[in-house]
Amino acid sequence: MTVFLVIIVLALLAVTGWQISKIFQLSQRPDADTSQVANDKDNRLNGILMLGFVIFLYVITIYCFWEYGRFYLPEAAAEHGSEYDNLMFISIGLIMVVQIITQFLLHFFAYKYKGKKTQRALFYADNDKLEFIWTIIPVIVLAGLIIYGLFTWSDIMNINEDEDPMVIELYAYQFDWRARYSGEDNTLGKANVRFIEGVNQLGVDESDSYGKDDKIVTELHLPVGKPVLFKFRSQDVLHSAYFPFHRAQMNVVPGMITQFGFTPTITTEEMRQSEYMVDKVKSVNEERNERNKELVAQGEPTLDSYEFDYFLLCNKICGQAHYNMQMKIIVESEEDFNAWLEEQPTFGSTMEDSSENVDRPEDTAGDDTPESMQEDGSEEGQEMENAPQEGEEVAVVD
Amino acid sequence: MSAIANAPAHDHHDDHVHHHKETFITKYIFSQDHKMIAKQYLITGLIMGVIGIAMSILFRIQLAWPEQSFWVFEVLLGDKWAPDGVMTPSMYLALVTIHGTIMVFFVLTAGLSGTFSNLLIPLQIGARDMASGFLNMVSYWLFFLSSVIMLSSLFVESGPAMAGWTIYPPLSALPQAISGSGTGMTLWLVSMAIFIASSLLGSLNYIVTVINLRTEGMSMTRLPLTIWAFFVTAIIGVVSFPVLLSAALLLIMDRSFGTSFFLSDIFIQGEVLSHQGGSPVLFEHLFWFLGHPEVYIVLLPALGITSEVIATNSRKPIFGYRAMVASILAIAFLSTIVWGHHMFVSGMNPFLGSVFTFTTLLIAIPSAVKAFNYITTLWKGNLQMNPGMLFSIGLVSTFITGGLTGIILGDSTLDINVHDTYFVVAHFHLVMGISALYGLFAGVYHWFPKMFGRMMNKNLGYVHFWVTAVGAYGVFFPMHFIGIAGLPRRYYTNTEFPYFDDYADVNVIITVAAIITALVQLVFLYNFFSSIFFGKKAVQNPWKSNTMEWTTPVEHIHGNWPGKIPSVYRWAYDYSKTGDDGDYVIKGQDFVPQTVPLQEGEEELNH
Repeated sequence: MTVFLVIIVLALLAVTGWQISKIFQLSQRPDADTSQVANDKDNRLNGILMLGFVIFLYVITIYCFWEYGRFYLPEAAAEHGSEYDNLMFISIGLIMVVQIITQFLLHFFAYKYKGKKTQRALFYADNDKLEFIWTIIPVIVLAGLIIYGLFTWSDIMNINEDEDPMVIELYAYQFDWRARYSGEDNTLGKANVRFIEGVNQLGVDESDSYGKDDKIVTELHLPVGKPVLFKFRSQDVLHSAYFPFHRAQMNVVPGMITQFGFTPTITTEEMRQSEYMVDKVKSVNEERNERNKELVAQGEPTLDSYEFDYFLLCNKICGQAHYNMQMKIIVESEEDFNAWLEEQPTFGSTMEDSSENVDRPEDTAGDDTPESMQEDGSEEGQEMENAPQEGEEVAVVD
Repeated sequence: MSAIANAPAHDHHDDHVHHHKETFITKYIFSQDHKMIAKQYLITGLIMGVIGIAMSILFRIQLAWPEQSFWVFEVLLGDKWAPDGVMTPSMYLALVTIHGTIMVFFVLTAGLSGTFSNLLIPLQIGARDMASGFLNMVSYWLFFLSSVIMLSSLFVESGPAMAGWTIYPPLSALPQAISGSGTGMTLWLVSMAIFIASSLLGSLNYIVTVINLRTEGMSMTRLPLTIWAFFVTAIIGVVSFPVLLSAALLLIMDRSFGTSFFLSDIFIQGEVLSHQGGSPVLFEHLFWFLGHPEVYIVLLPALGITSEVIATNSRKPIFGYRAMVASILAIAFLSTIVWGHHMFVSGMNPFLGSVFTFTTLLIAIPSAVKAFNYITTLWKGNLQMNPGMLFSIGLVSTFITGGLTGIILGDSTLDINVHDTYFVVAHFHLVMGISALYGLFAGVYHWFPKMFGRMMNKNLGYVHFWVTAVGAYGVFFPMHFIGIAGLPRRYYTNTEFPYFDDYADVNVIITVAAIITALVQLVFLYNFFSSIFFGKKAVQNPWKSNTMEWTTPVEHIHGNWPGKIPSVYRWAYDYSKTGDDGDYVIKGQDFVPQTVPLQEGEEELNH
């Protein structure tokens, strides 16, 4: 399909180029001037093309909104998201109005006033009133947008501590994510990369009692309708935690803790059943089936059928596998969430288990071993003395 | 003032031009003549542009047909970076990084501003040459050196810089994090440091020349808008480039001497690094303190060129000259206090985000004024559709389209979900990439007769423009839609996310449009190089323009004007000006060059 499309586009453009060059050839008479300065004929042709161009712009705009408008993300799955989408739609509406009008004026004037030998331009150098009008209109419109935007911004960014949000740490490293739930005390234990050793891959401070009940997992589960406050920590380079469906994003910066809070409002199950997502999954799967036919023909393994899940992705260039640094997010009812959380081992118990099996730390580490360590080529990498070194002050971030 | 400053330059010229015999080396290589230096900048910039655009085609092919084998990868990238013709993720990031660096700095800063500031400042203000021809020459050769170093980094074993053109540490600081952050990154930093030195020498020269060497009668308010744009651009460059130099120096220290300006608490490849207390956010501030003004360093010269080309070809004065100058000044000022809008989600205090949203959206006002003034200049004109004019109109179009989406990105709230997606890529390519390239093309078509004494072929110019105009929108318009759908930029492939599968077709369309647009630039290159040698001989003032450069002879001479430098009696925009009798001021001619004294009964408008 795509190959076909490409060939058609290429062929059409080739024809266009050929036709244009023909027009130019035909428009040259033997006695034509060769000054290479535009004459009336050039002005007319290009003037008409200018009109054609603005029509092209409108067509491509309509086509894109029609065909690709459906790509806009589904209904926001977080509480602040509807405000975000409102502001987005107002802004898009506004800029489209301005775009359509100004592009029309620009290209229409270019067509209308295309030069002729007999035509005279109007000496028109200044008009304070006009200039005032088109200074003041943007001022007013932008003031409205700025004020609306700033209220929304402070709503989103100022975390309301009274609501007692559930604190979850998102920990980023090349090229994966971990989540650390703060446990019953809703307080994360202190942590620093200098504590990383063996199964303690996130560098949680073992001596901090707040850390004992923390739970470290590879899949992010969130209870619907409950405010969550994410604390972000990076092990190595800059990452960015991007939750497109929740209209949330925050960079993950080594050496500091950043935060972002939101309240999920739509469970994974509800989202899967929404009209938008049913259509979307269908179209994705059609695409994949198409691809599978090719793969089968080449004797290669086929792609799995797709089912929607929320995801978190890395959105700040972080290394060669940046394009595949993702984490599945499951939003579920509070009961389901609590039941799931119950099953997860606490940090304290993991550490105890590992000290019992001190010879075989891999058992508990399992396949959670971060790639960066595997790349190092030595499983012993995990056991290297990267605990706080003697005499060295360790800055503990909490 | 300007008259006094001129006198010595004049004497100098008289001593010089008659006794000095120029050799090939002093004329073409180590030339101190601003016109030759401009051509050197242009041709170096074009070569860099070809490389930069070719790189974009390579990674666009990878994006459209991910992880498939192409012979072109095998040939150009070799076995190491494209085993069996499949591009590696590292090479993808390297191409993205070097494409960005080359296009922003080497093509659109040096190639555009370097070329036209050098060519036009002395010619349009009526000076024999730059204030310091020697520094001007040094500036070009430093630029050349930095280009060579940048290109040489492509051949380093561990690969060129791969951390994105913004080179955020720690990724750019740690070779353990990505292979390109080894020697490749070192060369990148060295190259940029030299580039900055070159840019500063150039900018200081432009500023001094504009202030001191204007001919008699050329007051600041009579300067063509090109000169205003170059002058203000140079000022922004002097203010902001040193900050990038300091960021680069601190990064070099972190990389090579174990300091911790930008690094803290890092565990990588099984090892804790000793760095403690630095912050990558500091680097982001320093980088964007240049990075954002850089956008206007790229754009303002293009807008200046457009102002001149549109006025000349509309046969009308530019509408609202004072407002245009005020807009340039306002944009320049605001451009230095908006850098934080690149960092809304960097972890900086949300209150700062509010402030930067405010300043950022303010910058839309002078931009809107400029766009409206261009449109009004066309109104009731007598438009001469020369290729330069077409590119200028195209610039206004992409400037509006790209500028408008800036309202979304400049809003801290909306930025949350489109930050670092293809929406950003579409936005800045239209508003600064394509617009500035159009400005470059407009300038080349318009001043080619001045540079090479010959005309470029207009029909090839028309083909070049129309295919480029359609192609550029074809590339970047659909890109907004996949961006707003949450597709991150700088992803080697999107196949790891089945959710993005149905955007694959859009990526194919974009790539096809990009390839066509890139290929049609070959028409331009052919036109450019063949016209240098075989183009039709130019007349002295082919576009019937008012500015002073067209009063110089077609054949270049050192010192620009034979004999005395003409004086200036009016502004540069007396096109189609009529007297009381309703006829043109000079009968039978719809333009009055700046060097023509006021005619009897003519009033000078107070602009």
